[in-house]
Order: sequence, then structure tokens, then C-alpha cells
Amino acid sequence: MVETFKKYSDAILMLVFIAAVLAGPVILEPVGAGYPDLLQKFAIYGIFALGFNILLGLTGYLSFGHAAFLGVGSYTTVWAFKLLSMNPLPALVFSVLTAGLFSLLIGWISLRRTGIYFSILTLAFAQMCYNLAYSVLTPITNGETGLQLSQSDPRILDTAFGRDYGAVLPSSDLFGIEMTGYPGFYFCGVLLIICFYIALRIFRSPFGLMLQGVKSNQNRMNYTGLNTRPYALAAFVISGMYAGLAGGLLAVTDPLAGAERMQWTASGEVVLMTILGGAGTLLGPVIGAGVIKYAENIFSAFNEGTLLSAFSFLPETLQHIAVSVTGLFVGEGWHLTLGVLFMVIVIFLPGGLMEGVNRIINLFRRSTGGGGEGSAQAAPQPAE
Amino acid sequence: MGILSVQDVNKSFGGLKALSHVNLDVEEGTVHAIIGPNGAGKSTLLNCFVGRLEPDSGSVTFADRSLLGIRPYEINQIGIARVFQTPEIFADLTLIDNVMIPAFAKRDGDFKVNMWRSVANEKGVRGKAMAMLEDVGLDKKAEQIAGQLSRGDKRRLELAMCLVQEPKLLLLDEPTAGMARADTNNTIDLLKLISKRGITMVVIEHDMHVVFSLADRISVLAQGTVIVEDVPEKIKGNPKVQEAYLGGAHL
Ligand SMILES: Nc1ncnc2c1ncn2[C@@H]1O[C@H](COP(=O)(O)OP(=O)(O)OP(=O)(O)O)[C@@H](O)[C@H]1O
Ligand SMILES: [Mg+2]
Repeated sequence: MVETFKKYSDAILMLVFIAAVLAGPVILEPVGAGYPDLLQKFAIYGIFALGFNILLGLTGYLSFGHAAFLGVGSYTTVWAFKLLSMNPLPALVFSVLTAGLFSLLIGWISLRRTGIYFSILTLAFAQMCYNLAYSVLTPITNGETGLQLSQSDPRILDTAFGRDYGAVLPSSDLFGIEMTGYPGFYFCGVLLIICFYIALRIFRSPFGLMLQGVKSNQNRMNYTGLNTRPYALAAFVISGMYAGLAGGLLAVTDPLAGAERMQWTASGEVVLMTILGGAGTLLGPVIGAGVIKYAENIFSAFNEGTLLSAFSFLPETLQHIAVSVTGLFVGEGWHLTLGVLFMVIVIFLPGGLMEGVNRIINLFRRSTGGGGEGSAQAAPQPAE
Repeated sequence: MGILSVQDVNKSFGGLKALSHVNLDVEEGTVHAIIGPNGAGKSTLLNCFVGRLEPDSGSVTFADRSLLGIRPYEINQIGIARVFQTPEIFADLTLIDNVMIPAFAKRDGDFKVNMWRSVANEKGVRGKAMAMLEDVGLDKKAEQIAGQLSRGDKRRLELAMCLVQEPKLLLLDEPTAGMARADTNNTIDLLKLISKRGITMVVIEHDMHVVFSLADRISVLAQGTVIVEDVPEKIKGNPKVQEAYLGGAHL
């Protein structure tokens, strides 16, 4: 029984994941997140974090520059819209490929170092991309305004197939299905499912095992006849391609690409998502991405008015004190909340939210006397 | 000339001469022990075989191929595996994964992106790794995390990781240090068995019981030079060796 469960556990995981994504609008309705715009964000950043986790979770390399690939993906998609077609498929293929090429170059150089030096190199490269996008590369990126569509774009494929958008600014559509609202979400959702499946396969493959070896002990890898550099580079490129896809999808849902997408804060955000959810776990990064995007949505929406009414039960002076204190954590200041949340997780649940889930499952198993040999693998314990 | 040939190797660390004019010749299929007091340069010498250190001068060849200037993973792919003085294992992976990684390295070479295969379906590699764990007596702990093992068990695991690659030359730096007597004897038996299969071995060891049970030849290293090299029977009574060990307390 336990053995059969083990054998099919990945299939079950996959089915549960598919069901959860497809039923996302219903499941997240009670928490007020059941609308397509937000769901779409969950899916897109879920893809970004899934890919990032293949690098951070498996090889242990911490990149602080993955927003560069997100940005490259967005620019590529907008360019593909302008030049080729408003169909998202060719645009996304190009986004993945361009981001792959960029990550090959940046990874090849950055992976000459490990640890903190690697992180700093990636950060430096991403900042370089960000600055170039604002300066020399303005002809490609359209600088501060950001890259936008225009009616006069050639769109040679669309023209060739007789597709005419008339006098309005076109929006992306998949063979006639508009990429907004629920169709937009389901498009991103299906891609998230595909990305999750690929990540699952990588995790369970000999290649994935080698990546774990790279994280665990590079010395042993070398004396075991394994060349660690190309393994780390492959993981870096794969995660770069995931980021490129996510960036492309951001531009599919909103055909505008700006350089701020490449800023270091965006790179930091994906690090937070992955660690918050649980680096090295399969589901963790997706959950981390969801939690952060949800929190952003909730906390940044608060303003002084909502706070005043929330604390209206207090006497006036207390009310104003309460409002000015909580005001620091919401609206523009929601990053402060994120910081606090992150600290709490890292201190109390170093394995991320997934560690918390595992602990609860184990508690439950122990109290019901079940488990035994089949009990879930203990989450890695922090060093004492 | 033997399969492993070391000629006139010198290595200094700053002012310290760790190896001076070291010669060593290991015949194929034999067990060659290197003994000597602490700090004699034994580990340094092994480091020069696997690309961890580059000698200042001299040559190291394996099956007529120079081992100098090539990278550790290439040296391993030629067929040289090494057990370290402080075990180098994958501390946060399970024992079975620890042994499967070298088995994959042997089968697939130094780099392969086989991300569509599933480790669970790699019955051949898994079987080999499991059999190897059984040989070193760790099969019951196959699903444990390696970092939780005792020092002696870590050594046996590292040995399994090397043996699963069926190397031509096995370098062992104090393979039984930290082991209980019974485990030491098991390890001796295992190494004897391996030696019978024709694997050449170079063993550094302080435990003379291990050395005399295994070695076909012994080199005695003291202060970076080989002071004697001979068969075990002749080493025991050699006055130079007794002197190197300060009155021969260890013998
Ligand atoms: N990387 C290094 N840098 C500087 N000095 C070193 C280095 N490695 C070894 N040494 C020195 O070289 C000498 C020989 O060291 P080595 O580790 O080879 O001795 P050993 O014979 O293996 O001793 P033990 O029996 O204690 O393992 C020692 O004096 C040591 O301090
Ligand atoms: Mg030593």
C-alpha cells in the first residue's frame, strides 16, 4: 500500500496540481483572489519562481539577476508582436530563446565564481542590463516610456494571413481568443502546468540528482568524474528560459515592456518567493509566488481612508496613532510587511512554507499512529 | 614500469618542503601502502595524483599517461577514484543517491543532460548502487541522509562511492580511521576482495594491522622523502623505519 502510494505519488501530485490550477478561480474565491487579473499574476510569477528554484533549489547557486531575463522576455514578446504577429505563441517561443541566449552568456561568465561572488556578478549584470535599457539601447527598449505597440507596426505574419486590427491598438489573441480575462488566465495556467511538469521531471531525473550533487559537495563531484560547471550552467539557462517565458507572458497580458521590470528589486522578489515557499521543494516556489503576489495585492490596496475606518472604534488620538503606525506597512510601504513576513519565515521555518506544511502532516501522522516507513521525508533541519 | 609511476616529485608550501624527490612505482593489481609519521607528506602525495595539487617538478603517470595539468574530473574518468582523509560525501542526500551519483558518472561521463529519464526507472544503476551498499554493510540505511552517519559509516559510504565506479586505481587516505575494530576488519576483508578483482590500490594508513594485512609493498615517507621501499616483511625490522617512528612504538 505504502509502496504503491510512493510509486504513484508523483502522478497524484501532478493531478492535484492540475486540478488546483484549473479550479483556481473557485478555490481562491473565498479569499477574494478569484479574479483573472490576479490569478494570471499568480501563474506568471509561479513560472518565474519554478524556474528560479531549479537553479537555487537544486544547485544552490543564488542569482540576484534573474529579473534581467524577465525583462528580456518582455521586450522580445513586444517586439514579436510588433514585427510578426499578435499571436502569443511565436512571441513566447522567441522570448524563451532570447532569454536562454542571454542566460547562457551571463551564466557562462558568472559561474566562474561561486557563493557570494557569483551572486554579485549576476546582480551586476542585471543592473547593467537595466541601465543599458535606459541609455544606449533606447532604440530597442524605447527608454523610460517603455516599449509599446502602435497601429503602424508591420506585423508581417498577421498581414500575410489577412488579419487586420483596423484603427484600434491591437491586443494579443490566440487564434481569435483574446488573452484577457479568464481565457488569459487559463492560457497562463496551462503554461504553468507544463512548466511544473518539466520541473517535476528535472527533479526526478539523473540530471536533477547531479544538480543536487553540485549543491551538496562540488569537491566530491569533481573527484567523482563530474564536470560541475556545465551542470550549473545548464540549470542557469533553464531557469533563465523560465524567466523569459514569465516575462513574455507579462507582456502578453499587458503589451508593454519597461526597464523597471529588470530592476534589482524584481530579482530580489523571486528570491523571496522561492525561499518563502521552500527552496528545493517542488510546490514551494509556486506557493511562495502566490502568497507574495496576494499580499502585495491586499496590502498595497490599503490607503489612509480604509485604515481610518478600520480603526474607527478607537478614541480619536489612538485612532490616529494606530493609523500612522499601520500606515507604514500598507500601501506604498507594503514591502515593509513583506520584509517582516520574510524574516518570520526564515527564522521560524527555514525550509519555507513547505516545511511548515510537512511539520503539520507529520504531527497529524504521529497523532493518528500512521506513517511509519512511509512518512514524508523530514524537511532539512537547520544547523543547530 | 608500473601502472602508476611517480618520478622525482617535489612540492613546497612556502618555505616548507612537503615532498622532495619522491619516487614511487606501483605494479598493476598490487596494493601499495604508504606509511609515515604525521605531516610526512602522505596526503600531499595523493593530492598530486588527483589534480588537487600540482607538483613543483617531477612527473606522475598512470598507464603511460601524465596526470599533471589535467582536471580532477578527467582524472577520475580515466579510472582513478579517491577516498579522502576527511570523508567527502553528499551530506544532505540519501546514501543510495550518494552511491548512484558516481554510478551515473561512470555510465554517462562527465556531463549529460538526461532530464527526461527518471532515477526511479534506472533499475540497473540503482541495483548496482544497492549491491555496493550491501558490500559495505550500509544497505539497511540506504534511505537515510548521509550527514547523519557516524564517522566510520561515512568512510564506508565513501568507499562504496568509489568502488561502484569499478576504478582501475583506488587511492585510500586512512580508510579505517575512526572505525571500530570490527568495522576495520570488515573493511580489510572488503579491500582484499577488491584487490583480488585486480584493482590497483594505494593505501595510506596509520593502523599497522591494516597495512600488514593488505600491502604487497610499502613505502615509508618521512619529512617528504621516501626513506625505504620494500615488501612488508623487510619493513618490519628496518632500523630506519623504527627511527622515523621514534623508537618504533607503532610497530
Ligand atoms: N595546502 C597546504 N598548504 C600549506 N601547507 C600544507 C598544505 N597541505 C599540507 N601542508 C603541510 O605539508 C606537510 C605534509 O602534510 P600532509 O597532509 O601531506 O601530511 P600527512 O603525511 O598526510 O600527515 P597525516 O598523517 O597527519 O595525515 C604538513 O606539514 C602540512 O602542514
Ligand atoms: Mg594525511
